[in-house]
Amino acid sequence: MPAQGINLELAAVPVREVRINSVTSYQGSAADLVHDARQGCVKDSGRSFSQCLGCSTTKAACMTVLIQDGAVISHGPVGCSSCLSGYDFTYRVNAPLRGVKHPTTRHIYSTNLKETDTVYGGGAKLARTIREAYERSGHPHAIFVLTTCAAGIIGDDVESICSEAEERIGVPVVAIFCEGFRSKVWTSGFDAAYHGIARKLIKPARERRDFVNVINFWGSDVFGKWLEPFGVKPNYITPYSTVNTLEHASEARATIQACSSLGSYLGAVLEQDFGVPEVQTAPPYGIRQTERWFEELGRILGQPDVAARVVEERRERYLPQIEELRHQLAGKRAYVAAGASHGHALIAVLRELGLDVAGTFIFHHDVTYDNHNTEADLLGHDVSDYGDIPHYNVCNKQEYELVNMLSRLRPDVFIARHGGMTLWGARFGIPTLLIGDEHYMMGYEGLVRYGRRLVETVENDEFVENLSQHAINPYTKWWYEQPTDTFLKGGASR
Amino acid sequence: MSKQEAGVIEQGRYTCAIGALETVAAIPHAMPILHSGPGCGEMQQGFFGNVGGYADVNTTPCTNFTEREVVFGGVDRLRENIANASKVLDSDLQVVLTGCTAGIVGDDVESVVEEFREQGQPIVSVETPGFKSSNFEAHSVVVNAIIDQYVDATANDATVRSERACVNLFASIPMQDPLWKGNLREYKRLLEGIGLKVHVLFGMESAGVAEWRQIPQANFNVLVSPWYGLPIVRHLEQLYGQPFVQFPHVPIGANEAEAFLRSVLDAAQDNDAGLDLDAAEHFITCERASYYEALDTLAVFLLEFRYGLPVFAHIIHDAGYVVGMSRFLLHETGIVPTEQFVVDGTPKRFQGAIRADLAATSDKRTIPLTFEPDAGHVQDLIRDITHEGRGLVIGSGWDRELAREKGYDFLSAAVPSPYRLNLTTNYVGFTGGLRLIEDVYNGVLATYR
Repeated sequence: MPAQGINLELAAVPVREVRINSVTSYQGSAADLVHDARQGCVKDSGRSFSQCLGCSTTKAACMTVLIQDGAVISHGPVGCSSCLSGYDFTYRVNAPLRGVKHPTTRHIYSTNLKETDTVYGGGAKLARTIREAYERSGHPHAIFVLTTCAAGIIGDDVESICSEAEERIGVPVVAIFCEGFRSKVWTSGFDAAYHGIARKLIKPARERRDFVNVINFWGSDVFGKWLEPFGVKPNYITPYSTVNTLEHASEARATIQACSSLGSYLGAVLEQDFGVPEVQTAPPYGIRQTERWFEELGRILGQPDVAARVVEERRERYLPQIEELRHQLAGKRAYVAAGASHGHALIAVLRELGLDVAGTFIFHHDVTYDNHNTEADLLGHDVSDYGDIPHYNVCNKQEYELVNMLSRLRPDVFIARHGGMTLWGARFGIPTLLIGDEHYMMGYEGLVRYGRRLVETVENDEFVENLSQHAINPYTKWWYEQPTDTFLKGGASR
Repeated sequence: MSKQEAGVIEQGRYTCAIGALETVAAIPHAMPILHSGPGCGEMQQGFFGNVGGYADVNTTPCTNFTEREVVFGGVDRLRENIANASKVLDSDLQVVLTGCTAGIVGDDVESVVEEFREQGQPIVSVETPGFKSSNFEAHSVVVNAIIDQYVDATANDATVRSERACVNLFASIPMQDPLWKGNLREYKRLLEGIGLKVHVLFGMESAGVAEWRQIPQANFNVLVSPWYGLPIVRHLEQLYGQPFVQFPHVPIGANEAEAFLRSVLDAAQDNDAGLDLDAAEHFITCERASYYEALDTLAVFLLEFRYGLPVFAHIIHDAGYVVGMSRFLLHETGIVPTEQFVVDGTPKRFQGAIRADLAATSDKRTIPLTFEPDAGHVQDLIRDITHEGRGLVIGSGWDRELAREKGYDFLSAAVPSPYRLNLTTNYVGFTGGLRLIEDVYNGVLATYR
């Protein structure tokens, strides 16, 4: 299918709600959602009560701050760059996982917009900040400018200012349009960053080289080993990449994704505008999906025999261990709170390990990914591989809905992917597991690793048990007695 | 050599006005409600760390402006959100804070909030668009809004200043001072030690909203700050005729704790608080004796440790800490404060007094002081400075790498501070001075292995 929504001529990429009909509310069964999405009849609805969401600008920041030799400017009031310091910490702490021996301090600037700037415009300030950032960051190889709500509303012409600056200083100055108010699906911020990178950094291919693009966050380097038998290396995008490795992303033999929510747009852009084939089947979580994925990778790399051999070896080695874990975990009920694709991955992993997924709290749903291939739909695979999930809730991190649902379902273990949610497992005395490294549970060995952690988590419940005895709870008794979807405005429930 | 005001900021050490949502979150059983873009809460949470009081950022109601509200205004969404927030969440006080979006499109938030207030709901509205000010300044704006729209509305003129031995304390800004909990607890202990009743207003030492309603009853106010918080005590002076005593820096160690207590005692006498001065004196004597007993034991280490201790320090912090720590280090540990850096965005009009306060630290030496909110630039300045001997940097997590580069010791004592947890630690007072010594020298000793 031709890709609507990919047009690198435009300064800004359309947000997910517009481009691929993503929704942030749904209550019903997973099978119904998959079915309705494919029929094109999932509609988003608003909520008449809402709590703090995430923001596109932080997601765009996470894909740019961690590029080794770049500098990042937040064009807005100083508060819009406040939490970006966290990426400096991330960069430093995870550097050893990626072989970066001497991680350097991240260069993060704010144009520090003030009230007068909202009246007279912040353009001059931005131009000055770009010049200063270039000098002070020791001549970075690219500068990324992230827009914010204030800059967006006052209408600064960020695109032209960046283009002018680029001509002057001679390195790419990439305007990234990621104002928070543009999208309720904060993953739109990833797309915004990738769009800027595809427009300004990635160069047309001159040759094919023996590497595979891996669109991911900052997890451990599992792909290095996996790709070795195929004679290719991973080109990680974008955390820990360099401007140069990004420029050459077009020369890869394929693109793979650790998380389709994350890489949907860039994977499609690389295939459609730069001719790099994308492994379109969903990422390798759970045995069945792992095997489909290796098969597809083998096909795209023209080495199906290698893929078959890899699968065979791994089955032999890991299946007995997985079988043992299944016995230990059989019958346990889990609840999952995560972003879309990673949530689908967790569902596969948990069910492969023999747990019952009692319900989910998934931050959004992409009706399709940018490649429009149903093979990419991991939730679809989850349903057909392991059966339906009756309480499949899509909810953009509205904690009140989470506490309501958790207090009803009382699972044996609560699995979270994002910060701030785990507390509610502990407050209800439910053992809770959050793992930051998204590669941790990939493939066969990932199932073993993750299964062992699950066993430990379920067994070690003394801490949460104790905490729950003294829990602080701001929610009213009334709220716990209401249906979870009380504040959903029609349409999305089924 | 401060650069142009309101210029670029690298490595921000404070946040914008809506960061004052932490001021609300720090009042037991109070709840912020944001009328803002979706990311404002996330930014504060990431900056201050994942800690947040009764109702943390994930719990905080927010209208999460979309394009639609930007174009058509968001007051209807706000009305709906406030109404439902009080059904879902249990709180004694709600404070609606606005972000840039609401500020620029010009939503009339106050009249929406007024509708709820008229029905008897304890609710306050305050404008905190990020472009208006920093959270250092917005802290006062939020406190004053609560006083005007909630406290004063229920105040009884007859009881104003009715408690002679009672004070309201305005000191550490919640979260912006990473040690705010411990510090407020110590301030309270010290002031109670000299016979005062204290409205500490924030943290678990406070009785929450009920205590806020007692603000008018206090006889006078105590402000510990070189500049932030000043609008609060001035406002209370105007509103209730409460005088205030200002101690201009964070009182760390025995000298400063005693100076702080004496300045409050003087104010108590001026305001006829009726304190038992002998008992107050006895309290100070005991505190001092116990402090010097510990310092005397430590002196052997300070004087005899043969393998190297820091001899000079750069502090990168807010003005209150820079002056307070400089005084403490010089007089109570022997570490010389060399070039110092205030990164809190101190307005120009206060800078002279802060310079004078720092200059009074020593008759013998001048301590160079730079006001510069662009902390990335501050780091470049420090890169170009060299001194003989082993150095110490006290700053935020950002400065750890700088200290490493320079081969200095490092202590994380300012936000953002990802390398340190703070639960009940205080640097204020007699006990705080000893704790700061422990933290500095334990950091030093950890380098010997």
